Amino acid sequence: MMEFGYYPGCALHGSSNDYEQSVQACLKPLGVGLKELDDWLCCGATAAHTLNHMLAVSLPARNLALAERDGFADVFAPCPMCSMELIKVNRALDGNPELRKRVSEIVELPVEGKTQILNLIQVFQKIGVDQIRAAVKKPLSHVKAACYYGCLLTRPPDTLQFDDPEHPRSMETVLEALGASTVAWNYATECCGAGLTMAREELVCELSHRILTNAAAHGANCLVVACPMCHTNLDMKQADIDRRYGVHHDMVVYYLSDLVGMALGVDETELGVNKHFVVRQAGQPLESGATQTAEMQ
Amino acid sequence: MPRLGVQAFSAIERQSWITMDHEESMGSAFAATSVENCYQCGKCTAGCPASDEMDFMPNQILRLVQTDDVDRAMRSRAIWLCVSCLTCTTRCPQSVDCAGVMDVLREMAAEQKTVPADVQRVLVFQRAFLDNIRRHGRTNEVELIMQFKTLGFLKDRNIRLLMKDALLAPKLMQRGKFHLRGESVRDRAVVRRIFDRCMPNAGKARMAAADEGSGSEEAV
Amino acid sequence: MGRIGVFICWCGENIARAFDMDELTEAVAEIPGVRCAIDYKYMCSEPGQALIREKIRSEKLEAIVVASCSPHMHLKTFRAAAQAAGLNPYLVEMANIREQCSWVHEPYEDETVAKAVSIIRMTVQKVLRNRALEPIHVPLTKRALVVGGGVAGIQASLDLADSGYEVVLVEREPSIGGKMAGLSETFPTLDCSQCILTPRMVEVGQHPNIRLYTYSEVESVEGFVGNFTITIRQKARYVDIAKCTGCLECWNRCPSREAPSEFDYGLTKRKAIYVPFPQAVPARPIIDLNSCAKFLRNECGTCLKVCEAKAINFDDQDKVVTEQVGAIVVATGYRMYDIGREQENAKYTGYGEYGYGQYKDVIDSLQFERLLSASGPTGGEVKRPSDGAVPKKVVFIACVGSRDNAKGIPYCSKICCMYTAKHTMLYKHKVHDGQAYVFYMDIRAGGKGYEEFVRRAIEKDGARYYRGRVSKITEENGKLIVRGADTLTGAPVAVEADLVVLAAAMRPAIGVLELAQKIKLGYDEFGFLSESHPKLRPVETNTAGVYICGACHAPKDIPEAVAQASAAAGKVQVLFSKGELTREPEVASVNEQACAACFACVRTCPYLAIDKAEIRDRQGNLLKMTARVNPSLCMGCGTCVAVCPSKSVDLEGFSEEQIYEMVNGLI
Repeated sequence: MMEFGYYPGCALHGSSNDYEQSVQACLKPLGVGLKELDDWLCCGATAAHTLNHMLAVSLPARNLALAERDGFADVFAPCPMCSMELIKVNRALDGNPELRKRVSEIVELPVEGKTQILNLIQVFQKIGVDQIRAAVKKPLSHVKAACYYGCLLTRPPDTLQFDDPEHPRSMETVLEALGASTVAWNYATECCGAGLTMAREELVCELSHRILTNAAAHGANCLVVACPMCHTNLDMKQADIDRRYGVHHDMVVYYLSDLVGMALGVDETELGVNKHFVVRQAGQPLESGATQTAEMQ
Repeated sequence: MPRLGVQAFSAIERQSWITMDHEESMGSAFAATSVENCYQCGKCTAGCPASDEMDFMPNQILRLVQTDDVDRAMRSRAIWLCVSCLTCTTRCPQSVDCAGVMDVLREMAAEQKTVPADVQRVLVFQRAFLDNIRRHGRTNEVELIMQFKTLGFLKDRNIRLLMKDALLAPKLMQRGKFHLRGESVRDRAVVRRIFDRCMPNAGKARMAAADEGSGSEEAV
Repeated sequence: MGRIGVFICWCGENIARAFDMDELTEAVAEIPGVRCAIDYKYMCSEPGQALIREKIRSEKLEAIVVASCSPHMHLKTFRAAAQAAGLNPYLVEMANIREQCSWVHEPYEDETVAKAVSIIRMTVQKVLRNRALEPIHVPLTKRALVVGGGVAGIQASLDLADSGYEVVLVEREPSIGGKMAGLSETFPTLDCSQCILTPRMVEVGQHPNIRLYTYSEVESVEGFVGNFTITIRQKARYVDIAKCTGCLECWNRCPSREAPSEFDYGLTKRKAIYVPFPQAVPARPIIDLNSCAKFLRNECGTCLKVCEAKAINFDDQDKVVTEQVGAIVVATGYRMYDIGREQENAKYTGYGEYGYGQYKDVIDSLQFERLLSASGPTGGEVKRPSDGAVPKKVVFIACVGSRDNAKGIPYCSKICCMYTAKHTMLYKHKVHDGQAYVFYMDIRAGGKGYEEFVRRAIEKDGARYYRGRVSKITEENGKLIVRGADTLTGAPVAVEADLVVLAAAMRPAIGVLELAQKIKLGYDEFGFLSESHPKLRPVETNTAGVYICGACHAPKDIPEAVAQASAAAGKVQVLFSKGELTREPEVASVNEQACAACFACVRTCPYLAIDKAEIRDRQGNLLKMTARVNPSLCMGCGTCVAVCPSKSVDLEGFSEEQIYEMVNGLI
């Protein structure tokens, strides 16, 4: 039984709660326990690093301090914005006692910056791709996925040291273990517009439209993401994008944990897949969810 | 125009202390050696997803900073169109942290109220976001969106902003994604104290956003 | 001794601005042993030297001290002056009161003057105990080794061979010619590369003074200037060159075509038995066992059957030979930076964002040369690798690797601006309705006719130059989407290209570090071999008798490589112009009676100049062992003197007594 500290972040307790549901439902059959950090706060997201550099360091630092206080060696942060900020602060604190001191004073807790932060893909890597492959009950042979990493799973590469920022393969490796096939496409690490969904809707629509278009052009029948912002922009906003550009993308956007769960035999409703805006035909059609063609069974 | 002392920071683990000492900052250099390393190759501009609408390209923003024309950089629309995707920083052959420079300029522009009108909405959103965190410790989405729309409407009197996505609410509700009352941390006081230490005038940010030009916000 | 002449130089005002020269001269005249102290404005000038000569004769000086600049500057000059006046040149010392005093201390301070006097006094103490010495004579083998058979190696070999010296030319590839043999046309004349090179290659192959070893490598280098022993390994060709008539029927008939062609940089596959290119020198094949069915599976054997001369020999072995030479010229050339992600050294990272190795139609500049070349895989027609279509839009990207600190290479590779302009012109000459685009940061075109050449590419042949780097290349529907920028208009630029050519950085050849260590040559952090002095000694190295030329020294174009090759040959000719070599006599020597034979000196000598020797009586009985210094190798560093526990070894010109007295002179 593996156990990780768990830092959900604001999105997973807000309108991306389907992602939290998905993560919890897929990790259970894999024997992984998650223990939520007590009284965690927002990491600061884009607003903090845009408006105040000390806040951008302090808010993540407070969460790192909580993790250290609660004795977690590893903390799983499903949202790449959160995980990136936490790791960034870890690196900044490393070898800088003056900063550590100043930050510890601000956040009122000692912080060393030694906690290992894991994104969703890294959690599956820690469990072991071979273990996951062995646990697959329903191979996803109907899935032809375009793996969409977005910005913050691989950038900045010196800080994250996770996967190749130009041609990442970590998500593909997990998916191939589930029996799915993946496509080679050109927008795997192109930005979707991130947190500007409200403030700059037209830019988000343009960028996300390009992603959806390219995925389809390369033969994908779904997109797979590991970020709640990306999911929102590609899924929730898909109807707006369709309207704006006069198209029907009909592209289902799964969380990676959705597919892992489905391959392990977990029911889609348990995974929260029915809460997406774009669902496939076989699933319970919700009011504004576009229906997928019969291609996906 | 005060000059700034900044030692490089941002996404690549260097440190940035923005000192806005109006008296002391003469002779200090922006972002230490980092901005000087830029040789204007344009690779940042070439890879920027948001460059289409920018008034200055990313490499031009760097050039403005290099030539001590920080004022124009700070007054640009470009820094508010930046989506912080970090492509520029990742690909820069001279390891200049372009995205970090954008952050620094945004912080300065917000403090000095030099944000162009047509991109103010972005600042309004970010300020509302921080306000929201300061109050609750975690985002309360409904409250945040209401605050953003109200303030945004007050700014540019655009009814569409208010009405937009109104139909989204029931759809979110159907999916159990709509939380009228969001979460709060237990220890809200510590959050406020952290904010106050980093941003002494955070509480006044909301008023400052709606209140251009009047009131003298002290520099942080 | 007690008749020392001290000559104090003003060095213009370099020294004079720090001292009252009269005061200094007076103080120096007081030093015990000094017969006369003279000052003059420019001691190294003709009148200054005349003054020295005159004083040596009139004062019957036994030795002199010139108090002036560093001995690196003018020790030779003053020794020659003394010798002209009949004084042994090793009775001349210099006291450095410029670099070590006037240039670094406050002028006119008491301490400054006192220090100058101290330095001079110390030097007087030394020179009082100098002995008259004669240079050491060393025999000289007047043959040269040239490592590398590219254009630089070829030029150096021909220059030396034509001046009557024997040259041993060692080339690692099966044929000489280097990179130039694979180019199509060369800038700025657009001469056909092989047309101008192959006559030289043939000359090398036929020259009576050149012993050519191809498909060979230098295995070890022993000895020292004038007396090198080189061990060369000739790799097995599996073809007996003596019997082979060069009919090339084996190459013609070999059924295997699996291995990527080295000469075409992987664009095509070659046969298992092959000649790298038809104009190869020697035009004799080799067998690559790794792709030979006979060797791997004992099948085929076609070459054995068709060879009338019975020259195929699968039992061939490497041969190891030795050659004696007096000088070495290193001309090992370059290789291209690896653009893909695989790197042998973690210092460098590739360009994942350009898709090289992923997209077939993203190639590097040497590969493009092969496409342009009449003897290339497409017969000189520009056809792209993926589908053989003629590309109508070609994007050339400069500075791939070069000037990119983040990828590990900060330097400029010098030739890419020129060959990129050339590529656009050659492309346009072959594809009249094609359009070339170049993404660049700067244009470096400093050679003769170079600037005009680049302007011609833009003004006459219509190449479109965009000033900016490229961020990313992706492939959509058979087109390469190149996302770059034009900083001059301040806008991003996207081009839908059919073919992309990357101008990759120049790096030193693979294996150069190992060779440098064998020859004991210095190199920089990138592996480029180090010259003695970047301005004044660009083809010499700090290893006596070893010279460098061409791209192994730094990125450069063909005219420069050829010029340097002739320069290196010229240096060898200077070396060989004497009957024998003379060496400085300030070497160590062992008092063999006192030596305890502990051999600490043998172990510590950095130049391996000390041997263990036996002292035997007339009957041949061993009396004792002793250490013995080889004066031909000793560099006079004094390490042996420092480690000797029995004080049995001393250094001529820097004896223990001298050093002791110098210290005394200081305090």
